[in-house]
Formats: sequence, C-alpha cells, structure tokens
Amino acid sequence: MAKKEFYSFYPGCSSQPKASADNFLRSSNAMCDALDIKLKEIDDWNCCGASIGYAGGGEVPRLSLSARNIALSQQQNGDADIVAPCAACWIATREAQERVEHNPKVGEGINAALAEIGLKVESGKMPQARHMVEVLVEDIGLDTIAKGVTKPLEGVKIAGYVGCQTNRPFGIAGESFENPLYLDHMIEACGAQAVDKYEKKVACCSGALMFSEPEKGHALVKDIIEAAYDGGADMIVTPCQLCQMNVESYQSNINKTYGTKFNIPVVYYSQLIAVAYGKSSQEAALDGQIIRAGKLEDIANK
Amino acid sequence: MSDMNQAMVQKYRSNFLKEVEANVEEGTWVKMCMQCGVCSGSCPLGPHWEHPQQELFMMIRAGKREEVLSSSSMWMCTSCYNCIARCPRGLPITHIMHGLASYAKRLGLAPKNQPTSKFGDIFWDSIAKNGRVNELKIGVSLYFMNGFSQGIKNALASRELGMAMMKTKRMSPTEYFGGHKCKDLSGIAKMLKKAKEFEAEHITKFGE
Ligand code: SF4
Ligand code: SF4
Repeated sequence: MAKKEFYSFYPGCSSQPKASADNFLRSSNAMCDALDIKLKEIDDWNCCGASIGYAGGGEVPRLSLSARNIALSQQQNGDADIVAPCAACWIATREAQERVEHNPKVGEGINAALAEIGLKVESGKMPQARHMVEVLVEDIGLDTIAKGVTKPLEGVKIAGYVGCQTNRPFGIAGESFENPLYLDHMIEACGAQAVDKYEKKVACCSGALMFSEPEKGHALVKDIIEAAYDGGADMIVTPCQLCQMNVESYQSNINKTYGTKFNIPVVYYSQLIAVAYGKSSQEAALDGQIIRAGKLEDIANK
Repeated sequence: MSDMNQAMVQKYRSNFLKEVEANVEEGTWVKMCMQCGVCSGSCPLGPHWEHPQQELFMMIRAGKREEVLSSSSMWMCTSCYNCIARCPRGLPITHIMHGLASYAKRLGLAPKNQPTSKFGDIFWDSIAKNGRVNELKIGVSLYFMNGFSQGIKNALASRELGMAMMKTKRMSPTEYFGGHKCKDLSGIAKMLKKAKEFEAEHITKFGE
C-alpha cells in the first residue's frame, strides 16, 4: 500500500495538549513531519468510551460515541482512512463498525441516536479505521523508515512492549497474537537493538483497572518491568498510551511495595523515530518523560 | 430488588440462558462454549475471578441467575482480549463479560462498592458531560469515591505522581475549571439520551 494523500486524524482523549499522553502527541507530530504524513484532525471528535465505558454506558450509547466520530470524519474528510494512535479508540471505532454491519438491531439503535444530530452511518460504506502503527508498517514500510534515519540509535537496547489492545483482537495484519514482531523491527529500523524474546511483550498492564484495582495492577506491571530488565533493556518502548502511563508512572509505588529498584524509561515508538530522524529532544517530547530516557536525550543532543 | 429485576424474573421464569441471549451484549454466543477453560487460563487477573469465565458460562446454562449477576467476577476484566484471541470456539468473551457486568448493574444486582463499577460510572459521567475525558477530574473523583477522608489519604499518596505529571506538562491544574471538551455538547447529550432510551426499550421488549 502506498501512503495516502492525507489521513483523518482521531487523536483521542489522552493525546491532547497537556493530557497524559501529551508527550505522544508532540513526538507524533515530529514523526509525521519527518515522514511526511499529513493528518487532518476530525473537528469536534468525542471520546470513544474506552474499554471501561461499558459499565456506565451499556452497548448502544457507548457505540454511538464511536459512530458519531465515523460520521463526522466522513462528513469532513470523505473516504479518507480514520487514523487513531490510541488502541482503545481504534478498537472502539472498529467495533462500532462491525456491530453496525453484523447486528441490525444495534445498528438501528445507533442510527436512531445519530439521527438526533443529523448524522448517520451505513453498513459497507464507512471509511476504514486504522491504527497509526498500520500506517507506518503498511503504507510507508519499515524499510523506507530505516532508509531515512540520520541518527541511528546505536548502543541502545530496547524492550518492545506491544501490550494488549494494539495486538488483540484485531492486531496488525500478518503478525501473530503471541509474538508480533513489528515493534522489534521498528526498533531495529531506528538503529537500536531489540531485546530478543522479551517475555512480557504481549502481557496486560491492567488497563483501566490500574485506577480501580491498583494493587492488582502494580503486580502485573512489576512482571513487565522485571522481564525488560532480565532482557538487558535500557528502556521500554510501547505503541499504547495507557501502557506507557501504567508502566512508567507507578514504578516508585511498586518499588515501595516490593522493595524493587525500578527506574526504567518507557517511551513511544514516535519518540524513537523522531530522534532517529534528527529531531531535537524537545520535539521528540523527551522532556515529557517522568523517568528520563537519558540515552535518547544524549543522541538527540549530539 | 429493582422492579426491572422482578420483571425479568417473571418474564424468563427459570430460563436464564434465554434471558442472557436476549439482553446481554453478544449473549447469543454463550451456548457455543465447550468448557475447555482456555479463556480463564489466559486471563491476566485469572486468580482473582470468583467464578472463572467458563464456569460463568456453565452457570448461565444451569440457571444460576443470582450467583452470576451478583458476582464480582466480570468486574475483573481488564479488556486485554487474550481470551477472544485464543477461544477455539470464537466466543467474543470480553464483550460478554462487559455485557454481563452492565446488565447486572442495570438490574441493581452488581456487588455494592465494586471499585471498577464505581470507576466506570465516574468515567462515563465525565464523557457524557464533556464529550471528552477530563483526566484530572476523574482522578480527583476517583480518590474520593470511598469518602472524604479516604480521598485525602489517596490524594496524598499520589501527590508525587500528580506533581510529576504537572512537571512534564501531562496534566494541567486548569483542567479542573473547564478543560478539554467537545463543542456540540447539547448534540452529544441528545444523541446519548436517545441511545439510552433505545437500549432500555430494546431490553424490556426483546423476545416478545
Ligand atoms: S475458551 Fe471459549 S470454548 Fe473454551 S471455555 Fe472459554 S469460552 Fe468456552
Ligand atoms: S479480555 Fe477480560 S476476560 Fe478476557 S482474558 Fe482479558 S481480562 Fe480476562
């Protein structure tokens, strides 16, 4: 597939200025600039309901939220692919499409709700909803990305933590659920070294339950970090905003509970690519890390 | 017990499977389970489930209505989709678990003070009101969801993280007064109201 002229961009709640993935948004802008990816943000997009929306929202209200985004995208950007950098947004959008296509009753409810605001979605006629990673892997290609690298991330060893929702239930075409390889390949395309057989690559960070069941969440994250250290990693990289937050920001709490001494940076793929393409520390949003990624900053500042 | 719960008991008599098929998200799949247990073996919070997934499916078929709907089990789902990816029968287990949890809540049978259920409400209220998540307000309500003094304790315990988020510009105190939101809030409210009405009607009338 070739790169599209532009993509209809659905950033999602965490990737807004001064929200928890502000560092993703900034580095993604730098990455898109480096790779010449053009994004047109969907005007007035709303929250996808995330995985936890089911509790208060039920089925039809929750899926109507995504349907509104789809209809707005179509109205503003025609057939352009909807691109979400957040796995939860991407999954929710695809699930809404699937439900409209396969469950006429739910589809009817969604369209009745949309009709209130003069919008509709039609089975078989919705634009494709894609993850930002799909654009990189499928439309641009990791070989092409590797060719444009001006500052290879030499001497940095990175654990590619794919997590859950970027990988399941849809995943990236051609990759296995148990051992997807694209993130390792992306690390290598940037000139860094990927941890071989990272044992917790597709393990769960506890998602939204980190907020409601923190002790259980910390236990899961502890294993994810331990496995990265076991593999000799200098840092962890992830495609997911919730994984990034959960794995980076509770390390001091985990240290208190378990007597560990974790202090490992957790960055986004967009930050690796931005630095490898010669963007500054600030453009790559390395100042947005709670645990600073010193090795990347050194390369960026060189 | 809620009126709606009574009505459902009357309506489906002892056929809980039929009730689930009619009213729970993706509930028609339940009868396809072959009890292999792969799902519960794949679940990250597996040890914390009072009844593992396949057991819930068996209990539904055996008509154990109260036990299933009042269980804390479904609330342990982190939405990791591991079970979906591995189920040999292709059951959309994640969605069924979400569906069971939200149906139990609708009938007033969900366990009281279940933290994920409460958090889910806080989250949904924030979206319904603003169209987008207000992370700071959700965080604050979350600390205080078990009362004021617990809230102060939680907030103090998390102040280090809060400071770090502010310092790295990943959270802004101004979010508390306004913050991220959609423009067409009245449209979103209308849409959600209609969707809610449709769903309520769909549940009470289904199968007639
Ligand atoms: S993996 Fe599928 S078939 Fe096996 S017990 Fe779970 S739901 Fe049933
Ligand atoms: S999606 Fe939910 S039920 Fe399924 S394995 Fe993950 S946490 Fe368990």
